[in-house]
Amino acid sequence: MSFFVAFRKEWLELTRTYRLLVVVIVLVFFGLTSPLLAKLTPEINKFVPQDSVISIQVLRPPIVEDSITQYVKNMAQFGILLAILLSMGAVAQEKEKGTAAMILVKPLPRGTFLLAKFAAMAALFAVSLAVAGIACYYYTLLLFEAMNLMNWMALNFLLLVYVLVYVAITLLSSTLTKTPVAAGGIAVGALIFLGLIGLVPAFGKYLPGELVTWGTRLMLGDTSTSWATLGVCLGLIVIPLLAAWMVFRKQEL
Amino acid sequence: MTAISIEELRKVFGTFQALDGLSLSVETGKVFGFLGPNGAGKTTTIRILTGLAHATSGRAWVLDKEVTADEQEIAKHIGYLPEEPAFYAWMKPGEFLDYVGRIFDFPPSERSARIKELLALAGLEEAAKRRIGGFSRGMRQRLGLAQALFNRPEVLFLDEPTSALDPAGRKEVLEFIDQLRGQCTVFMSTHILADVERVCDTIGIINRGKLVTSAPRDALLAQYAIPAFEVEVDAADGAGLARWGESMGKESWVKTVLVDGLVARVIVSDVEIAKKEMMASITQAGLILTRYEVVRPSLEDVFLQLVGEEEAQR
Repeated sequence: MSFFVAFRKEWLELTRTYRLLVVVIVLVFFGLTSPLLAKLTPEINKFVPQDSVISIQVLRPPIVEDSITQYVKNMAQFGILLAILLSMGAVAQEKEKGTAAMILVKPLPRGTFLLAKFAAMAALFAVSLAVAGIACYYYTLLLFEAMNLMNWMALNFLLLVYVLVYVAITLLSSTLTKTPVAAGGIAVGALIFLGLIGLVPAFGKYLPGELVTWGTRLMLGDTSTSWATLGVCLGLIVIPLLAAWMVFRKQEL
Repeated sequence: MTAISIEELRKVFGTFQALDGLSLSVETGKVFGFLGPNGAGKTTTIRILTGLAHATSGRAWVLDKEVTADEQEIAKHIGYLPEEPAFYAWMKPGEFLDYVGRIFDFPPSERSARIKELLALAGLEEAAKRRIGGFSRGMRQRLGLAQALFNRPEVLFLDEPTSALDPAGRKEVLEFIDQLRGQCTVFMSTHILADVERVCDTIGIINRGKLVTSAPRDALLAQYAIPAFEVEVDAADGAGLARWGESMGKESWVKTVLVDGLVARVIVSDVEIAKKEMMASITQAGLILTRYEVVRPSLEDVFLQLVGEEEAQR
């Protein structure tokens, strides 16, 4: 019961402070422009001087795969950026301003407070990715051809899990620190760390980036799976959340 | 019956000892005034009692439940107003109260009625459609009090509840606290001695993390407050009064002399000697008296005396 009360407040905050709107607009923009950019890239390249380095690219007719690759790249990059920006103040700002102290002396368990924040962010990205996915699917259909709908949904689900890993990590850093900036710094550090160890193939295939690769493969007709990576990434969501709860329940406000 | 009980509470921040073996108890239904100089440990005590901070050692109970063990159960029965209440700037006051009501699991109709009642109590009916982000400090303080009262708490913790209010707002809040007497236990920290004297029936004085004394207000005044003498002189005698005050301060039967313009307040250690000697001294100094009276001691006198004695013992 208290979870829904806290979730309702979080969702209301995301809508009232226009965060939901901003995320939807940003992701839908890139959802729409991905197929458009893929379609127009050869036309744009025609304006590049023939002796330029860029001109060495093969100027072939655009295909649906170009749209998918563009979409995945955009969603992954902006998804992470928005995940960190929106989550870094979630707990730290409430501690800094004193609202956490006002609310948590009431019968609202601290774990519920944290879980509601994560759930609201998950809902925000689920809605935004869904709208962006529909927009991209529709434009791709208009400009290229129909894509496999189930695979498209699977790709967007994997993108959601990918983003939520960074939401969970940022929530943990927001719990550990006293200011949103410090929380953002730690989250960016974690992002760089994961990126660096991802360069080692033995580790990389289990890290969040592999989810994006798996989704892209799926769309390109490759049926090879990465279930272990999905398991690791779900762990990378659950473990930071548990750690945040363990820290937060003992923390002085 | 005891509403709040504290045993040997210690709280250390690095090298600073905020609470140094604090022990006290507050009876149910009392309005308890928690007095102390800045940094004495008042807010730290309230934060520990409300579960926002943890004691380094010692134990505390609220409504017979230990604060470290039964936080969620205690939370259902307490209200808390911090010194600077914080809100979500994007919310309207009714929305914040609605959020609080939902946390306390109030049914919708009861919640709605309580919100109206509390908005009226806080004098925020006209501001109900404005965002809290645009509220003045006084408005925030009144909304803070309203949210602290939502669940009709058995114990209400107020940290400097009147510090941000104008005189009219202060009067209203104090009258309201006065009305709570007998209905719930109020634990109120403040540095405004007049507020404590006005509404609190029991007073605890804390200094450097230790309880100096705790007693019913009247008993405290009777026990510690020796009558003070107030002397007011003619407008031409201001400088003479200051000189007289200085010389009086050296007398063995005088504890302190406070001269403020044309008025001198003399706190003595021996009333009988004072009654005999003071008038003679004034005449000898050639001061033209316009007023001379033995005044009732104020809590401020007691507070300064007790804290002063405590400091002297260190």
